[in-house]
Amino acid sequence: MSEAVQDRQINRSAMQVSDEVAIDINNMNKWYGTFHVLRDINLTVNRGERIVICGPSGSGKSTLIRCINRLEEHQSGQIIVDGTELSSDLKNIDKIRSEVGMCFQHFNLFPHLTILENCTLAPIWVRKTPKKEAEATAMHFLEKVKIPDQANKYPGQLSGGQQQRVAIARSLCMKPRIMLFDEPTSALDPEMIKEVLDTMIELAEEGMTMLCVTHEMGFAQAVANRVIFMDQGQIVEQNEPHAFFNNPQSDRTKLFLSQILGH
Amino acid sequence: MSDTHAQTAPYVRESMIAQQPPPLKEAGAVKWVRENLFPTWLNGLMTLIAIYVVWVVLSHLVPWFVSPTWTATSLSNCREILAASGDAASKACWGVIRDRWEQLLFGFYPSEFYWRPTLALVVMLLGLGPVLFGNFPRWFMGFSLASPFLIFFLIWGGPIWLPIAVALGFVLGVFAFRALVGVNQIVGVIAAILVPVLYWLFVMGPLVDTLASIAPIGLESVRSNQLGGFLLSVVIGVSAIVLSLPLGIILALGRASDLFIVTKLSVGFIEIIRGVPLIVWLFTASLLLNYFLPPGTNFDLTLRVIIMVTLFSAAYIAEVVRGGLAAVPKGQYEGADSLGLSYWQSMQLIVLPQALKISIPGIVNTFIGLFKDTTLVLFIGLLDPLGLTNAIRASTDWNGVYWELFVFIGVLFFIACFSMGRYSLHLEKKLQRENR
Repeated sequence: MSEAVQDRQINRSAMQVSDEVAIDINNMNKWYGTFHVLRDINLTVNRGERIVICGPSGSGKSTLIRCINRLEEHQSGQIIVDGTELSSDLKNIDKIRSEVGMCFQHFNLFPHLTILENCTLAPIWVRKTPKKEAEATAMHFLEKVKIPDQANKYPGQLSGGQQQRVAIARSLCMKPRIMLFDEPTSALDPEMIKEVLDTMIELAEEGMTMLCVTHEMGFAQAVANRVIFMDQGQIVEQNEPHAFFNNPQSDRTKLFLSQILGH
Repeated sequence: MSDTHAQTAPYVRESMIAQQPPPLKEAGAVKWVRENLFPTWLNGLMTLIAIYVVWVVLSHLVPWFVSPTWTATSLSNCREILAASGDAASKACWGVIRDRWEQLLFGFYPSEFYWRPTLALVVMLLGLGPVLFGNFPRWFMGFSLASPFLIFFLIWGGPIWLPIAVALGFVLGVFAFRALVGVNQIVGVIAAILVPVLYWLFVMGPLVDTLASIAPIGLESVRSNQLGGFLLSVVIGVSAIVLSLPLGIILALGRASDLFIVTKLSVGFIEIIRGVPLIVWLFTASLLLNYFLPPGTNFDLTLRVIIMVTLFSAAYIAEVVRGGLAAVPKGQYEGADSLGLSYWQSMQLIVLPQALKISIPGIVNTFIGLFKDTTLVLFIGLLDPLGLTNAIRASTDWNGVYWELFVFIGVLFFIACFSMGRYSLHLEKKLQRENR
């Protein structure tokens, strides 16, 4: 098990789950060509929930969260984010994308812009925030992820862990109500995984609604209030983390857990 | 070797070694010569042979160039000067350049107005400054936008109201776009194209006539067929370069688009334009284009050539930019999408800056080719520098002069193309971000 989060006290005071629904997915199906990637997904996420999605590679977990901000298009069923249904209406898509932050495995920072410009770009162009104000917000979040001194460097000059923290700050600058993480630590060295997970835990402590595709089971046990296990494009099992790890029900889950926790 | 070998015994390092400078080797010119020219006896031999070849070539060329004929007034005068100096060997006759350099630069432009194209060149260089180097005050950009109209006015003359009225069309387009983009983006774009076109077709002509009769301010008009020489090459080359870059980018985006019709139209345009030689397009411009235009419109030949050369180079630029677009990682598009940027925003702010940076060498390469290809207008009867050499030889004074003129023209083109190449290197260096 990852040691990255073991020695940390989690402040649970603000980690409240409300009754309000943030994301509602009903009977959602997706195909890549003829390949049925996501099969009949039903998932409701309440505001303030922190969900970890795990599963073997190719199980469709990344595709699932990429459908939530329409980086992938679903072919049938319904995805409702913050009360807005995802359809091919571009206005709805842009609205949802500006409300939902996303962090990628390979960061996807813009290499031709400085860290500060990376963070202020979307607020200035999408939210029409004045430049000064956007820069102040960006510095606030860069301080939060503990790299304000790198603001005027370019992404290529930063380490992987720093780049991922910038990516998180960049998403936060849009003041999203939901954060999606697509394997945020998979491309990082062990020393850098900790600094990124610390940032994510802080975010959880502030009550952010989070969906994380990750194999950091330590993180899942520390902050998640639900763990979802996917295989072959389906949700195979979901439970609160303690029960999920200590008392898995399905054989597939047991096998998966024994493989990733076994050594 | 130290006693405690890390591989053979348990070993703990007690102190970390600080960075140390590399060992000082012998430096200086002797080392450079030995390493670069004579590292082995075979390489040394090659060096000597190479030096010999260079010497042979130069020893034949330089005497031709060094020739006391600058003051000659005709080819026979040249021969007299050379014979008088006791030099029987064949040498250049530079008198033709001194006598005709103005014609090579300006063609048959009226000589009392040479200051106008010269001033236009200054305006062009000043106008390009902020575009090329980007660290000028902001108001200077306004000058850059106005400079094409100013250059047009200086070179062609006529009433000053014509370029102002044409520029007004662009301003109207911007206003129409601003006013209607709120309604719908596509309506805005259509209005931005339709309003100026209608204005140019129906309103501008009477407007210019009225203004010219009220306030007849202007320069003496110079007809297009009086333009020639290097002036013509620069006018065609620079206009085509400036116009073909945005057009090429739009074509590249069209080709990469998800919209079926847009993609096919772009591909069709690019392939047809690329698949036919430029010279054929130039003949089309000079002969055929008038059939397609409404009767009565007498479209200026220079303008038609500029349009053709622009379309031709835009097709090439589009393919170069497409390569750049393909090289931008998919993650960049997704990063931009996930932040809620619209298609045009993500292209303008994220994708194109990176794609164009990758494409710089190819784009400049295309522009250099385009600039040299402007000499092809010779075949449709425009007097580019090469065309003028025929005109110069037609005079009895200089009948038989070839190389001197070609060398002069070659040097002019080399200066222009070499500057473009250097600028491309400068830009690549300036935009180098990753490993700085």
